[in-house]
Amino acid sequence: MAYGEKVLDHYENPRNVGSFDSADNVGTGMVGAPACGDVMKLQIKVSDEGVIEDAVFKTYGCGSAIASSSLLTEWVKGKTLDEAQAIKNTEIAEELALPPVKIHCSVLAEDAINAAVADYKQKNN
Amino acid sequence: MSDQTTHESKEQPIYLDYSATTPIDPRVVTEMLKYMGPDSSFGNPASRSHSFGWTAEAAVENARKQVADLVGANPKEIIFTSGATESDNLAIKGVAHFNHKRGKHIVTCKTEHKAVLDSCRQLEREGYEVTYLDPMQNGLIDLKVLEDALRDDTTLVSIMHVNNEIGVIQDIEAIGKICRERKIIFHVDAAQSAGKVDINLEELPVDLMSFSAHKIYGPKGIGALYVQRKPRVRLEAQMHGGGHERGMRSGTLATHQIVGMGEAFRIAKEEMVEENKRLLKLRNKLYDGVKDMEEVYVNGDIDHRIAGNINISFNYVEGESLLMALSDLAISSGSACTSASLEPSYVLRALGRNDELAHSSIRFTMGRFTTDEEIDRTIRYVRKAVEKLRELSPLWDMYKDGIDLDSIEWAAH
Repeated sequence: MAYGEKVLDHYENPRNVGSFDSADNVGTGMVGAPACGDVMKLQIKVSDEGVIEDAVFKTYGCGSAIASSSLLTEWVKGKTLDEAQAIKNTEIAEELALPPVKIHCSVLAEDAINAAVADYKQKNN
Repeated sequence: MSDQTTHESKEQPIYLDYSATTPIDPRVVTEMLKYMGPDSSFGNPASRSHSFGWTAEAAVENARKQVADLVGANPKEIIFTSGATESDNLAIKGVAHFNHKRGKHIVTCKTEHKAVLDSCRQLEREGYEVTYLDPMQNGLIDLKVLEDALRDDTTLVSIMHVNNEIGVIQDIEAIGKICRERKIIFHVDAAQSAGKVDINLEELPVDLMSFSAHKIYGPKGIGALYVQRKPRVRLEAQMHGGGHERGMRSGTLATHQIVGMGEAFRIAKEEMVEENKRLLKLRNKLYDGVKDMEEVYVNGDIDHRIAGNINISFNYVEGESLLMALSDLAISSGSACTSASLEPSYVLRALGRNDELAHSSIRFTMGRFTTDEEIDRTIRYVRKAVEKLRELSPLWDMYKDGIDLDSIEWAAH
């Protein structure tokens, strides 16, 4: 299938690939399943003020899944947890011009940030 | 030409999808052109009243002989169709319908081509019963499992000769013998085997065999069905009209297509042995070039396999993203993340491959115009892409950390 320009850009130059060592100020979200063909791992590093200072990802999945998670790491940086959780999958899909069959990739990205925030909150409440 | 060498990076992708289709051999194109334009022998082979018709008919009969010669059949046993899909439909529905009073049970395999599986599904809707055999892990049919599936009311067994995804070669002689003992009609889809594997229908216990032209350097849109004459196999026509092809397949014969198929089959007969040797070298070279990477698996039996096929799973890398990284290669993946169902290859699933491996599979199929240098480049591209995507893969990290992926409760979505 043909991919949009932005998907190709994120796929070829993925931003913020990597992992953080586990620590109290790190929240990790891992969503998806190998059987379904995509797994996203998103990690956020949160400041004392509750702002996301840094974010990294690793994704097993198609080009759109990789692009969705790459874009997500860019967007969440500098946001508060609430702001990050307010990111909707439709915004990601729109920004990347995902075709209908790839919408589930953006849904997975939304799930990933929610899971990462939930993990952080669980560690720090 | 001064700029001849300056645009190397803009060259076409390397074509490694010969099981999907092949280019038409230039020798075949030359033959086909003799039956197309106003100054050619363009007549209707069914026209009996003038030389245009006679010449065209002679060309069709010559092609019929060329097709028959490759597979050890009598030309009278070859029925031209629009392709292997139509041949499969005609064979399966035609035999099932003709024999419905004898029984309504059919046996086939889960790894068959959709043309076979969907013909069987249609018969199920009409009240027939179909048994879909599980192959062994190497993709081959367990003869004991086949025997156990046969019943008194079984009228037809349909098993492909060579699988389109994994290239494994079934023992159609042994399967045919089992069918003969029970007077069950045996159909073989040979779209992927003709011109690649020796076929001698004079000896083989096969009643019906489907062929395609475009898989072996002939044109698309033409195929054939072998219908054995002694003992005579009877089937009900699926296409009705002028009674062409002994009433089994009506419709004006496409002279140029048929001539192309004949020439393609003639060339295949002449060059098959040499070509197979060359392709086997290329395939082994490709596999040797990537197999030292960790977690690389061949899908399907490596020995009972056509020379030009290798199907490999690169574990922890998803197939579609790998295809994207390998945009300089024309290849296909067993992963289908584009479909709503996210179902990976049904063929690999039927082998018992887990979903991750099925999602990670790539089929490379080489052919007549594949070069040694193209395989060198392919190896370089594949290694680079797999390394890059594993860097990105959380599953690869987990594997490296010794975490058993099966021990994790994944939220299926």
